[in-house]
Amino acid sequence: MKTFWKAAFAIAKKDILLELRSKEIISSVLLFAVLTLVIFHFAFTADHETMTQIAPGMLWVAFSFSGILSLNRAFIPEKEDNCMEGLLSCPVGREAIYMGKCLGSFIFMLIVEAVVIPVCAMLFNVDVFNPMIIFITLLATIGFVSVGIIFSALSVNTRAREMVLPILFLPIIVPIIICAVSSSSAILAGGTFEDIKQFLLIIVAFDVIFFTVPLMIFKYVVEE
Amino acid sequence: MRTKIALALGGVLMVVALVMVFIVVPTEATMGNIQRIFYFHVPVAWNAFFSFGVTFGFSIAYLKTRNPKYDFIAESSARIGIVFTTLILLTGMIWAKPIWGVWWTWDARLTSSFVMWLVYIAYFIVRSFITEEERRYRFGSIIGILGFLSVPIVAISIQLAPTTHPKAMIFNDGLHGTMLATLLISIFAMFVVYFLFVFLQYDNCKDAYEIAQLKKKLLKESE
Repeated sequence: MKTFWKAAFAIAKKDILLELRSKEIISSVLLFAVLTLVIFHFAFTADHETMTQIAPGMLWVAFSFSGILSLNRAFIPEKEDNCMEGLLSCPVGREAIYMGKCLGSFIFMLIVEAVVIPVCAMLFNVDVFNPMIIFITLLATIGFVSVGIIFSALSVNTRAREMVLPILFLPIIVPIIICAVSSSSAILAGGTFEDIKQFLLIIVAFDVIFFTVPLMIFKYVVEE
Repeated sequence: MRTKIALALGGVLMVVALVMVFIVVPTEATMGNIQRIFYFHVPVAWNAFFSFGVTFGFSIAYLKTRNPKYDFIAESSARIGIVFTTLILLTGMIWAKPIWGVWWTWDARLTSSFVMWLVYIAYFIVRSFITEEERRYRFGSIIGILGFLSVPIVAISIQLAPTTHPKAMIFNDGLHGTMLATLLISIFAMFVVYFLFVFLQYDNCKDAYEIAQLKKKLLKESE
């Protein structure tokens, strides 16, 4: 158990260090996420009340699209110079590799969210920078990333690479988006924890199912 | 042989089901004739779920045993499942237009069927992107497993919103005797048709596999 976590943290640390040195992905993903919000502004120029209603939806469209962009990159660096073979020949379980990759992408998504949420709150003057919404976003990001990582590992091994991730990933995360958007909207409309409890339960159930099952079958994705 | 049996049985049952639906069963009081589509809509819906369930089961079996035959069954079943899901959506829309006044609403059952349809279309698109056989079976199985798990969660998450889709009446005596009999015969007929299609599709997959193997062998010999 201890070696599992040590290995997972080491892989996550490697990914983060790699990104910190190049800053390639984070800068383009952040810019892309903010651009999504800008496009939204021009697509729906609306009054404050309507903006409050659609703000959670805008946030999750921005997260999904920028998430696809960054998740696509999660395994592409490993394809270069046979890094994947090196990673697989490490004396650690495949589960630790999955966990490490998830941790790395989770931190990455947190950075994106930490920028997009306050920017959205400022640009559209809506109260999305609020502890309950941040909590919902964190909870939903777990399932979001754990589904994304297994499909990302799968898509780099296909001919079409970048094309494959969105068509697999988007339909599967529909429940996460429904629940995150509905519960955030309820909070913005003045709801309390009691009102969104059911949505949070579904998000937790999704997180549990879509973390454990990919953890179990990840070894079938990366074998060769 | 099994294909012929399924064809004969399916053919007879389909004729019986059609006679029941269009001649024997009484017209529903409030909706009128359009309600007859229900005897088609419900059977395809049940069998669509069943076929994706079969895909799920045989995907697990493939990953455990690596027997390509299991993947052929999983793939064939998913293919028929897509046909059935398309029919669910189409028959549902034909029914919805006169009854609800719209072709489509984002209701729980409609949305989850639609998402299910998208997941399995992705299943086939991704498979077509993979040239290497063994990898195609392996990745197909992974999508077959994860895709099936997502369907109930989508249904539950939208269920929180009020639904206008008619509730399942079969379990609470909501159906008149003849109507229930017609529905059950239609379900069984569709079930046999499902097996007929799976048998045909399975033989297709197996033949394609054998041809590919023979080609490989010939190429090796000619070198």
